[in-house]
Amino acid sequence: MAKQMTGAEMVVEALKDQGVDTVFGYPGGAVLPIYDALFHQNSVRHVLVRHEQGAGHAAEGYARSTGKVGVLLVTSGPGATNAVTALTDALLDSIPLVCITGQVPTHLIGSDAFQECDTTGITRSCTKHNYLVRNVADLPRILHEAFYVASHGRPGPVLVDIPKDVQFAAGTYTGPSNVQHKTYQPRVKGDIEKIRQLVEMMKVAKKPVFYTGGGVINAGPKASMLLRELVGLTNFPITSTLMGLGAYPASGKNWLGMLGMHGTYEANHAMHDCDLMICVGARFDDRITGRLDAFSPRSRKAHIDIDPSSINKVVKVDLGIIGDCAYVLEDMVRLWRSSAAQADKAALAQWWGQIDGWRQKKSLAYGPSKTTIKPQHAIRRLYELTKNRKTFITTEVGQHQMWAAQHYGFEEPNRWMTSGGLGTMGYGLPAAIGVQMAHPEALVVDIAGEASILMNMQEMSTALQYRLPVKVFILNNSYMGMVRQWQELLHGGRYSESYSEALPDFVKLAEAYGGHGIRCSDPNDLDAAIQEMIDSPKAVIFDCVVDKQENCFPMIPSGKAHNEMILADLSDDAGIELGSVIDERGKLLV
Amino acid sequence: MNASAPATQPPSPYSSALATSNVETHTLSVLVDNEPGVLARVVGLFSGRGYNIESLTVAEVAHGEHLSRITIVTSGTPEAIEQIRHQLERLVPVHKVNDLTIEKPFIQRELAMIKVRGKGENRNEALRLSDAFRARVIDATTESFVFELTGAPSKIDQFVELMRPIGLVELARTGVAAISRGPETI
Repeated sequence: MAKQMTGAEMVVEALKDQGVDTVFGYPGGAVLPIYDALFHQNSVRHVLVRHEQGAGHAAEGYARSTGKVGVLLVTSGPGATNAVTALTDALLDSIPLVCITGQVPTHLIGSDAFQECDTTGITRSCTKHNYLVRNVADLPRILHEAFYVASHGRPGPVLVDIPKDVQFAAGTYTGPSNVQHKTYQPRVKGDIEKIRQLVEMMKVAKKPVFYTGGGVINAGPKASMLLRELVGLTNFPITSTLMGLGAYPASGKNWLGMLGMHGTYEANHAMHDCDLMICVGARFDDRITGRLDAFSPRSRKAHIDIDPSSINKVVKVDLGIIGDCAYVLEDMVRLWRSSAAQADKAALAQWWGQIDGWRQKKSLAYGPSKTTIKPQHAIRRLYELTKNRKTFITTEVGQHQMWAAQHYGFEEPNRWMTSGGLGTMGYGLPAAIGVQMAHPEALVVDIAGEASILMNMQEMSTALQYRLPVKVFILNNSYMGMVRQWQELLHGGRYSESYSEALPDFVKLAEAYGGHGIRCSDPNDLDAAIQEMIDSPKAVIFDCVVDKQENCFPMIPSGKAHNEMILADLSDDAGIELGSVIDERGKLLV
Repeated sequence: MNASAPATQPPSPYSSALATSNVETHTLSVLVDNEPGVLARVVGLFSGRGYNIESLTVAEVAHGEHLSRITIVTSGTPEAIEQIRHQLERLVPVHKVNDLTIEKPFIQRELAMIKVRGKGENRNEALRLSDAFRARVIDATTESFVFELTGAPSKIDQFVELMRPIGLVELARTGVAAISRGPETI
């Protein structure tokens, strides 16, 4: 349907046509025409954030919990630069976003005008693609293309920069029908011959392991169902990256727990000792592999990924299958069933025996305390008290994030929102707001640290404005815990600038925003306090005062291999002397 | 134009075993939409990911379809070159990436303009050498010549080295353009 309208109206029309019901944004001079167009309609809801970074993370939370494209709308200059962190975050975690930015009028571009910045230049390397729209005639096509590029292939953020005169200009709007992109046509169906080869490799494997990642989540709930079916059919063990938690249920009998730097002993050893590694939608990140030249030395490796550049990027694999995880898993299940395939049951039984030996290490164990709340205990209680309802968990970044990944049991995909690749402190609260907007009836908890939460604390105001009952569950140990842990392990306990000095009173802060504040420091009161948080109809800040000294274990020390991981030393509260474990080269790593 | 970190970096414990194999030079042909920013995307990819650019040329090759052809000479291990190709293919305005070095045979040509200043015997020598290399004189004064020379980069290198002692004062080179031999197209 071709209709005459202004560029600003086209933006709103395109959002409607793309099925967008919620936009996160912040107005400013260069986007006023679009805000005016929003004013005249009711189908797209705008959520006013308090900082553009918050808009980006909220859109990410919305996208990751729904599988839809998240949208943010910000002004030129500082509006755009404030969104850069969130765009980069979405790029690294493959989250589909469309970011619409205002720009100074075309005749002022390049003149250092007020609130001008080179938005497309700045965001070129932190978006999947971006556009500067110089002519209103191109605007409808570009807007629809932006949604197509953001959501097809490996998802990611796409930015559309629209000068103010283009927003005012009149033109012909066309709908999204038949967006056939001339160059960008990613392959979704895997090469069936290669999938057949993989099935053959699986039949003869003696020590197989599934290593799955965020790609399974991005491929939609169907991919998770197929993965569960395949694991059930083969009885292979399965581990997952941070980004892939929930694709296979934590209560499933084949679950080894998360792998990687703070993964479980059994997951990492299974990766190291396996003879067939089946990587589904993960990317061999350095947090996962540890030392590369000692990474799973005796295995054949298969890698399923929608992004051809992911295959052989860091680890050379024996079989690369390019395709969407859901399509490839479907073919694998079908081929396995139709060929009445059998795994090597005797070998598998032996393999499971070996894995059970590793499980006996109980690598997630922690020293209990009757007087102080152990952070791991707090997460476990939070899990027990929330597991029987529809709960979404977001996190900030640091120790609390790893403890949440280790100790909260994720049973479903799309329920876990965390900043994996970029590691963005300040992600969790705005992401929780985005999740709660999409799932008004659900319980949404941001598991936070007292340092991270202050990075985007202003978004409490957003939560209150839209009556979003998000719960901020702060594991308060008065330190940037992961920084402190590394300083303890690598820098002789010189805690340079990692103490959280001059913290606000979080209970009063919650009340100042109009929310509800709870503090708990006694393990005996913890359950009641968590229940109070859950039952509150308001946004809550829960200041959970935990053990200050607790470190996050198990851990693969920097520059070490999977089978060189260290466990918590529960007999000695002074902890582990790691200065000797990590060599000089390891200290160079992050 | 060298966009990468120095080759003498200490080996990182995270660096893959791949990095120790042989470094090769490859010529890539990249067909792109001729739109604003496309060259910045390609160049930014190389600098952002630490790849080398030894030569880069770009010009529109199909005006109606707004297609440009970028020829990039790059170096790296075979695995790094494969990664470069995949990363280029990932860019939205990129239509096609061909690794001519793998698909061979192919022809590389470069054009150079060489300004030589001098009098007397050096002038005659410059003319004799230019004749031997089939360079053309495209500008002349009583004290200078500008030569135009087309050929493989090695031929231009050789000519430039010969001209240096007899008065070379300025040099402009286009960088390499390349195309496959035979009837097939990319």
